[in-house]
Amino acid sequence: MTELLTIAASTDGGGLALGITEGGNWFLRNVWLIPLLPALSFVGILFFGKRMPRGGSELGVATLGIAFLLAVVTGVAWVDHRDDYHGEEVHRAVVVHDAHADAHADDHGVGHGHPSLAVHRTATWFQTNGVEFTVGTLVDGPAVMMLLVVTLVSLLVHVYSTDYVHGDRRYTHFFAFLSLFSASMLLLVVSENTLQLLCAWELVGVCSFVLIGHWWEEKPNSDAALKAFLTNRVGDMGLLVGVTVLFFAVGSALPDRFGSFSIAETNALASSGALPHTTLLIASCCLMAAVMSKSGQFFLHTWLPDAMAGPTPVSALIHAATMVVAGVFMIARMYGVFFEGFQIGGSSINLMAFIGGLTTIVGACLAFVQRDIKKVLAYSTISQLGYMVMALGVGAWTAAMFHLFTHAFFKACLFLGSGSVSHAVHSFDMKSDMGGLRKHMPHTYRTFMIGTVALAGLPPLAGFWSKDEILVGTGGWGLLGGTGGNGAYTLMLGMGMLTAALTAAYMTRCVYLTFFGEFRGHGQPHESGPRITVPLWILAGLAVVAGFVNLPKGFQMAPGSLQERFGHFVEPVAGYFPAISHGTPSWSLAVVSTLVVVGGIAAAGWYYFVKVEAASKVAGTSLTELPDGPTTKYPLARMGHTLLANKYYLDHLYNEVVVDGTKGPVARFAYRINQQVIDRTVDLVGETAVKAGVVVYEKVDQLVVDGAVNASGSASSATGEELRKINSGKVQSYAAILFAAATVLAGVLIVIV
Amino acid sequence: MNVLAALEGMDRLAGGEVLVAQNVAFGVLALAMVAAALRMVTTRNVVHAALYLVVVLAGVAGMFILLGAEFVGVTQVLVYIGAIVVLFLFGIMLTKGSFGEDDGVTGERRLVASLVGLLVFGVMAAALVESFEDAELSRSGPSTTAELADSIFSDYIVPFEAVSVLLLAALIGAIVVARRD
Amino acid sequence: MLLNQFLLLSAVLFAIGVYGVLARRNGVLVLMSIELILNAVNLNLVAFGAFRETVGGEVFALFVIAVAAAEVGVGLAMVLLLYRNRRSIDLTQIDQLRG
Repeated sequence: MTELLTIAASTDGGGLALGITEGGNWFLRNVWLIPLLPALSFVGILFFGKRMPRGGSELGVATLGIAFLLAVVTGVAWVDHRDDYHGEEVHRAVVVHDAHADAHADDHGVGHGHPSLAVHRTATWFQTNGVEFTVGTLVDGPAVMMLLVVTLVSLLVHVYSTDYVHGDRRYTHFFAFLSLFSASMLLLVVSENTLQLLCAWELVGVCSFVLIGHWWEEKPNSDAALKAFLTNRVGDMGLLVGVTVLFFAVGSALPDRFGSFSIAETNALASSGALPHTTLLIASCCLMAAVMSKSGQFFLHTWLPDAMAGPTPVSALIHAATMVVAGVFMIARMYGVFFEGFQIGGSSINLMAFIGGLTTIVGACLAFVQRDIKKVLAYSTISQLGYMVMALGVGAWTAAMFHLFTHAFFKACLFLGSGSVSHAVHSFDMKSDMGGLRKHMPHTYRTFMIGTVALAGLPPLAGFWSKDEILVGTGGWGLLGGTGGNGAYTLMLGMGMLTAALTAAYMTRCVYLTFFGEFRGHGQPHESGPRITVPLWILAGLAVVAGFVNLPKGFQMAPGSLQERFGHFVEPVAGYFPAISHGTPSWSLAVVSTLVVVGGIAAAGWYYFVKVEAASKVAGTSLTELPDGPTTKYPLARMGHTLLANKYYLDHLYNEVVVDGTKGPVARFAYRINQQVIDRTVDLVGETAVKAGVVVYEKVDQLVVDGAVNASGSASSATGEELRKINSGKVQSYAAILFAAATVLAGVLIVIV
Repeated sequence: MNVLAALEGMDRLAGGEVLVAQNVAFGVLALAMVAAALRMVTTRNVVHAALYLVVVLAGVAGMFILLGAEFVGVTQVLVYIGAIVVLFLFGIMLTKGSFGEDDGVTGERRLVASLVGLLVFGVMAAALVESFEDAELSRSGPSTTAELADSIFSDYIVPFEAVSVLLLAALIGAIVVARRD
Repeated sequence: MLLNQFLLLSAVLFAIGVYGVLARRNGVLVLMSIELILNAVNLNLVAFGAFRETVGGEVFALFVIAVAAAEVGVGLAMVLLLYRNRRSIDLTQIDQLRG
């Protein structure tokens, strides 16, 4: 059955082309195999893992390896398909230009380029009342990109874990759930409808819970897992409501359908203006709530730092590279809805951009006061996710996806590096147990440095290109050759710049505390084995070169064919994707942002590498901070520090104010109901039953029933007593009776006969 | 000499006098019998009772003769009065523990007994009166012993033999029961 | 002579005999009352025989006399035995079979 590739929209005269097809390369059509393999591996490890010689990890690694190879082949097929597909099942894959879209489109960028056809396959698993529920895949640029990223990082994390969690109490279980997580994430990125996306969303949440609480015997770990899950749950309500709203909105826009979960259809209708703006705004806000919880945006980010209680490979895979970007990916997928709902690219700041910008600054500030190296990286992740959301909020879709791409590599590299360090010193506390490790752990040190530089955004490493593209997308420059958008997002530009400086600064602090100075811990740290360092080097290498796939247009130093390759293959040009504008890259912006980053490094570097180092030499021990630093001298600084150390008192707000404030009265009310109403009723029933029983016993049983029985007995006895007297033993009595009876009988006979 | 024939002769002579004479005789005898019977069942003295019984028995014999059953009447006197009553008197003598008095029967027993007696008489009388009303006895002469003998030894030979065996059994039985051992 | 007068007479004697059987305490007197009854029956038989002009009534009366004699013999033997065992022939005191 051919898919519905055109739908009748109410605003247009003719059909609305979606830009999807069912034909294409075999790998593109059968991309469902990629999530299937880790799912099978999950089942296999659960059932057979304990019996395997390496505890099931070999199954996980092998499966992810095959999945990665399939993803690579799929990527190649997509590259092939993107420009050259002329299969026999082409269905009107043209972008419909109407007045609404034209208002957004501009002549710069690749808006009107060669249209892309997403490969779309579904299977109906349930239908009722004219609504068909399907499962299926929608393979387009972002999906392919995510497939590559997820499988690669997952594979590297698998290999890393074979060393890191070696000898763990639940080794097999860990690998089983790593496989399940990979399967769920892969399922999420290829989902063609929001229902399937929601299911995969929840699944990754569950896997996150299980993996964070891997060492649940210690209460802080299980608490962290619960916090992660419940905070995500708060946001998931938004996802549920948003998906439902969109379902019915699509249904009311289409003439003969009850509703639809299809992502392609929903986005196409949203982009073409067929859905009312208020509905889209409501849906966007609800979905935004889900993004805030899953992708750690302010103020639902509180779970992410606590999630560092899980094993480091988990943190690398889930809370850096893949799961937390599910929210960003979801925005990217449903961009038509958000684009219209929030009026992105319009003339005012929207909620998404604001939240994103706020998150970047909040995360970066909090990273300054952490002792735990993983928590620094966690807040850094929050901050970078803020970047991505901000980019999506200002309309720089490709920039956000590109940043997601590069961030996955260098953040995973940093996390795995921190894991390697903890493997050596058996602690995550920088201030008390680390320091001077560059001498002891050269590979870790070098890869960590590469990751740091990439994160900070110094050229030519990957972070520079992606961050710069985001800044370009905010479009507020307008000087020195750049034109950019419409100047509405200047605030975001400022936020982005500030955060770039902060990022560089806190990473410098982190690097100093970990690798420089004198070793403050115990024992003799040594470099980790190859299964740890090889993934580190692979990721570090990717952190170096990944930026070059999306060189900005007009970058004369590189051949033209390399320019904006990423954007070309990843950004959809189809009916289901809105026509977005692209900012113009400018040299001046790049230079200024680099200077800002350098400034941040210099400031932190001066504080730590110069002053703290000097103070250490004076004190004779390895110091981690100045004993007479700003927080000791200025009360304002101390207040600021306290605020940051308490994480803006958000946890206090959530736990004490919100939760305790509700659960106390609720619990007391429930208790009162239980005692007064329920228990009273039960007691009353019991007492009534007892009284009834007593009455029945005394009145009915004793008097009536027993009375009847006894009366019949005594009646028989009395009768017997009376009749007994006939047996007097006196012959003459017998004779009297005999004579009388005989006479009576004779009389009767005479009378009758 | 045949009394009845004599009476009949008288009847032929006197027409209805024979009947009258018979009836008178009947009446006198009946009265005597009933009175004696009543006295017999009410007297306290056992010997007196026996003697009253004799009167009754004699009266019955007289009735038999009135009815023309001379042999039976004579047998009655011989057997009943001569043997049975004597047997009774022997029995009375031998069981002299209650000689002379028959301790007063209790009132209610007498009541019940008289009620039963009256009931019996009532039923029978009613039946008889209703059935036979004014049936008259025939005036043929008394039966002869020869007839009686013929009848016993031809028609009723089996009961006769049975009765003789019965008498034997009773004889032996009485001896066995009453012997002292 | 009417048949009924004999029959009624015999009924009276029968009834008196019944009274005697039921009311007397002395065993011998009871037997005597039984004799009374038997005689009443005899009278009845002979009266009917005469009424029917058959000799059968007399025959049966003879049989009754014989049987009565046997019965009195055995009965008195039993009374004697009773007297020997209990020194009394008061029938009201013989109630061993009472229930």
